Amino acid sequence: MPRYLLRRFGFLLLTLFFTSIIIFVVTRMLPGDVARVILGREAGEAALQALRQKLGLNDPWPVQYVHWLTNFVTGNWGDSFSTRAAIYPLVMGRLRNTMMLGFVIMVFSIPLAITLGVISGLNENKSVDNVISITSLSVVGLPEFVTGLVLIQILSFKLNLLPANSSIRPEASFIDALPRLILPALTATLVLLAYIARLTRAGVIEELKQPYVRTADLKGLPRHVVVTKHILRNALMPTITIIAISFGWLIGGLIVIENVFNYPGLGRLMIFAIDRRDLPLLQAITMLTVLVYALANLVADLMYAYLNPRIRLG
Amino acid sequence: MAIMGYLGDNGKFQQGKIEFAGRDLLSLSKDEKRQVWGAQMSLVPQNPLSSLNPSIRIGEQLAEILRYVEHLDQAEARSQSLELLSSVGLPDPQRVAESFPHQISGGMQQRVLIAMALSTAPRLLVLDEPTTSLDVTTQATILDLFRDLIIGHGTTALYVTHNLGVVAQICDRVAVLYAGELVEDAPLSELFSQPLHPYTQGLLDSIPKLGQNKNLAPLQSIQGQIPTLGARPSGCVFEPRCPLAIDICHQRPPIFNPTERRFTRCHRWEEISTGKINASDSRQNQGMDLERSEQTPVEDGASPIQRAGQTSFAKAGAPKRQEAGRPPALDIKQVSVYFSLPRSFQDIFSRRPARKVRAVDEVSFSVQNGKTVGLVGESGSGKTSLARAVVGLVEYSSGNIDLLNVPLPSKLSRRSLETLRHLQMVFQNPEDALNPYLTVGTSLRRPIMILAKKTAQEADAEVERLLAAVRLPSEYAMRMPGQLSGGEKQRIAIARAFATHPELLIADEPVSSLDVSVQASILNLLNRLQVEEGSALLFISHDLAVVGYLADEIAVVYLGRLMEFARSADLFEPPYHPYTEALLSAIPRIQPGASSKAIRLEGDIPSPTEVPTGCPFHTRCPRSLGEICTEQVPPWRVEEQTGKMSFCHIPFEELRAVQKKVIPS
Repeated sequence: MPRYLLRRFGFLLLTLFFTSIIIFVVTRMLPGDVARVILGREAGEAALQALRQKLGLNDPWPVQYVHWLTNFVTGNWGDSFSTRAAIYPLVMGRLRNTMMLGFVIMVFSIPLAITLGVISGLNENKSVDNVISITSLSVVGLPEFVTGLVLIQILSFKLNLLPANSSIRPEASFIDALPRLILPALTATLVLLAYIARLTRAGVIEELKQPYVRTADLKGLPRHVVVTKHILRNALMPTITIIAISFGWLIGGLIVIENVFNYPGLGRLMIFAIDRRDLPLLQAITMLTVLVYALANLVADLMYAYLNPRIRLG
Repeated sequence: MAIMGYLGDNGKFQQGKIEFAGRDLLSLSKDEKRQVWGAQMSLVPQNPLSSLNPSIRIGEQLAEILRYVEHLDQAEARSQSLELLSSVGLPDPQRVAESFPHQISGGMQQRVLIAMALSTAPRLLVLDEPTTSLDVTTQATILDLFRDLIIGHGTTALYVTHNLGVVAQICDRVAVLYAGELVEDAPLSELFSQPLHPYTQGLLDSIPKLGQNKNLAPLQSIQGQIPTLGARPSGCVFEPRCPLAIDICHQRPPIFNPTERRFTRCHRWEEISTGKINASDSRQNQGMDLERSEQTPVEDGASPIQRAGQTSFAKAGAPKRQEAGRPPALDIKQVSVYFSLPRSFQDIFSRRPARKVRAVDEVSFSVQNGKTVGLVGESGSGKTSLARAVVGLVEYSSGNIDLLNVPLPSKLSRRSLETLRHLQMVFQNPEDALNPYLTVGTSLRRPIMILAKKTAQEADAEVERLLAAVRLPSEYAMRMPGQLSGGEKQRIAIARAFATHPELLIADEPVSSLDVSVQASILNLLNRLQVEEGSALLFISHDLAVVGYLADEIAVVYLGRLMEFARSADLFEPPYHPYTEALLSAIPRIQPGASSKAIRLEGDIPSPTEVPTGCPFHTRCPRSLGEICTEQVPPWRVEEQTGKMSFCHIPFEELRAVQKKVIPS
């Protein structure tokens, strides 16, 4: 097990190393002169040259890369081109917001999706299963902004239960923000629901075929023990890893939902950075999302290994 | 399963009653059935690994029965489950209880399942092929355990199996089923000595007895194949395949009751019982079974097969292959196959080289032209690795393999097409060996066109000839593998292997996934084609009776080492190598009551990563001499009269003095 852990961690570092190269190269290859972007069209050649020197843009690329990477690792992320503010606190604040939203999404979607998936799987191809499958699939087919707008229409305009606008102040606590998190979280839940539920269903159906289920039944155990203790333990292994991975996805992937609800998360900051050609900000956000995603994958692997004794004990 | 009231959703009981302890099981509700399961009847299933929950510790899987069914508390359940584990002969119950199923061997897993089944002292035990997936030596110890525990406790047991040897060793009464119908039911000894149904008789005839050889007593197979359950004949279910069928057999026979304890579903039982008619004789006399005639080499042009208008292989190449002085078809010299294990971090830091598994360790023997060598051993003995090294599917690490004096390169990519043409293989599982998306014809044309370099038209003619040679109608060329039965697929696989007129054919357990009645016909087919073609055959099997039937010479392997090499007939005669002796005595005899001298191997075959020092067999050898066996590699002994070779410290004379003949003559 420690060997497995070390190996996985090594993979994580390698992944981060390669993505950092890709991000660095891609942003450097973008057309346009960074110094000109900062100083504006009217700046003189001398001023531009001075800034390039100061930013290290005249150094060879490998030097620039190492410099950039060391700064990133030490948390010295520099200033944004467009707002002139320090990037690190800005991005971390947004990360916190996105994680709050992600947490609420998980609390909504996991129990619901697993319950539906298990019910579906235990009643394969019966009417309960068909109803659940068809409903969840038709919901997942709609784009997020459509489901989001429909939910706003019903829950805030018609029933006046929840605020339609989710913009929160940067310093808002989780409890304060909670009412504004529910609508975007519901929207994302509807997207994730079908995915997780279908995977759970497939897992349960697969495990039901295994001879050990028959053994457990014929032991004379009550049905609920057979299901919860014997079947779910194995059926949920793939589901749990997928949940960990989708958490990584949520951090960088909520762009549409954050925009629809005007929620100050990482996704909206990324759109902002792209709009303003704010390279340092964009690099920081991208590296961070990659890091979170890779960590989520690592957690998924470790959880799978922990849950599965055949991997844990070799 | 139906007897336990456990059917899938698509299974329905049509009629009848299953009465268990005075109650009709079929009338019980689901919850009521759960009261019966476990508490009053339990199951020992076929596949031990998949029948245990992979992610729950064994102790808990056992203890939960005691808690839910026997209502014991946590501590009592735990201590009692340890007792149960030791009662089924598991040496270290504490350790087993803490293990997960994948951490213990197949034999131990099956013992755990037996402990589970016995934990509630049920009134009925259903044993569903419980030893089929186990090695023969493990099977023997498990059967001993059944005898002690079940018979000792007076539990009623229903033993479901296809293996008549096991039946003969363990049962009191036998019910024979065919195509979903009970055809005969009789006390054990009567069933074997005087079967009253032609199907039972056919079954007994189609199983090779230990020591039976193709040259002395050819196998008889039952003609045709079992009908699909959707298309059962309206009369007697066995009528289409029965050598004794007459007009009355088109009517469904009732169950006859010749004596108080016997039942048979055959119209002609009286004639059978008085000896007037006999299924074995009829099969021979009427020549009803085409495969029957396959035992006789087709040397005269008037063989029944050819008279029937069937083509046979062109024999032009056959005689030349057996000329004296030709080099052996296959010569294996000091061949080893190693597999490297992945290096751990510790290995890398301390610069230790990767650890190696010796799957095959310095094995030497040869296969003469046109002869058959059988390769036998338990699972993990390296027999399949050796076969794969010969055909080039794995690379061998050292030694030489010669095909007709031409060295075979270890890498498949360095072997010429000509070599590939002369070296063909038949695999264990015909389901996986044929491409499911190609027609049979296409599969057969491939080797003909690529290896034998024939044109498309020639190939078509060849395909037709091959299908005829394996006794399948030529329309089969258009079929997909999915439309064939297991036996037919294996016939196609054999046809494909013979398509290029190979010098050497390797068959890796070609009949072990087939029914016994089909097994006999495939064995006879292999034998006939081999004789016609003059090919040499390396035949791999874990079943000594099957190997003994087909092989001229037998190689016994254990943990990658060759232990004994002898002519087929000599191998079954003392002096035996102690490992061969144990293998032979582990095989359940067909003759009821022929209790074999109980030589049982302790424990499991060691892991090939930790091959014992000295003689690899010393850890389990019942005849170990002590120090010399544990420390020194044994010498090769050769018996003068027979040429039998044995890898053992004990001289032949001493072995002969202490060993009894395992098979009664």
